[in-house]
Amino acid sequence: MMRPARAHPLWLAFVLHRVSGVALALFLPLHFYVLSLALRAPERLDNFLTFAELPLVKFAEFGLVFLLAVHTAGGLRLMAMEWLPWSAPQKSLAAGAVGFAVLLSGTFFLQVI
Amino acid sequence: MDGQSQTMDVSVWRGGEDGDYQTYQVPAYESQTILDVVSWIQQYEDPTLTYRFACRVGMCGSCAMMVNGEPRWTCRTHVRKVLTDGAIKVGPLRNLPVIKDLAADMDPFFDKWVAAGGVHTPSASRNEPIAPVDPDGDDRVTASAGIECINCSVCYAACDTVAGNDDYLGPAALQRAWTLYNDTKHDNRAGILDAVSGTGGCHNCHSMGSCTFYCPNELDPMAAIAGLKRETARSFFRNRKG
Repeated sequence: MMRPARAHPLWLAFVLHRVSGVALALFLPLHFYVLSLALRAPERLDNFLTFAELPLVKFAEFGLVFLLAVHTAGGLRLMAMEWLPWSAPQKSLAAGAVGFAVLLSGTFFLQVI
Repeated sequence: MDGQSQTMDVSVWRGGEDGDYQTYQVPAYESQTILDVVSWIQQYEDPTLTYRFACRVGMCGSCAMMVNGEPRWTCRTHVRKVLTDGAIKVGPLRNLPVIKDLAADMDPFFDKWVAAGGVHTPSASRNEPIAPVDPDGDDRVTASAGIECINCSVCYAACDTVAGNDDYLGPAALQRAWTLYNDTKHDNRAGILDAVSGTGGCHNCHSMGSCTFYCPNELDPMAAIAGLKRETARSFFRNRKG
């Protein structure tokens, strides 16, 4: 069967929301594992923190903050759409969510470089 | 008309579920629609080609097909808008069983209209005085937003949630339910909320918005479904409205 062309803004917003959600779910256990090192093996934590100063890791953190911001904004957009009795142009709100995410992650990026 | 000097390659689905695309050379005309192209093939190339149409002016909703992978009302889709490298691909509507060629089985689509509580239940009989309805009232404005649906199933074919869940009622049926829910002359509002909050109900919607994006009449089923989500949730937490 044919697959429909789906590259319209709200469908992309849906994909972005799902992908960012899965990526954050995968990140969280790692995050908690590294935090646990502070109690169990402080010297390994220090090694990791040194490693985290590498520009490549900082760049990955930029991606992480972007995912977090876009997932938060996208989730707020969905809740607003489903719970508030309005029908604002959803495209603009989706674009706003991405814009907000870019702003937040971009600010973070500029601070760490 | 600019004569038949130019032709285009039109791939058309032939057969049932396990059919395949067959390519035809169709002459290009000025102001030609996809329905014109399909009709030309049926009249001049192969009279056994099966497809549906009736009004040809975008009112009846019977000629919807997949055109280059997108659901469209073919009588109002101009070839020049969708022609890609001199070729077009036309198939039966997605998310519905194929009967033959371009004719999809619409039964699941219409069965779901009934399942979503889409049958009007009058609140008064013909012997009672006609209750006035304010055309500018909030309920009526919300109900009127969805009444131009022509049952073409374009939204149903566009929806990825329908593709992934056979039980999902789909955008058209849910929009009909939302319209009736806001109709003050409908007597079974609670029945609608029950019908749309089950396994295949409105809460399956992921708000991808393909229904609203593709609706040829520019309706907004996604907003209607959001309304149903709101009202079902509200009735869960409180007593039912109305």
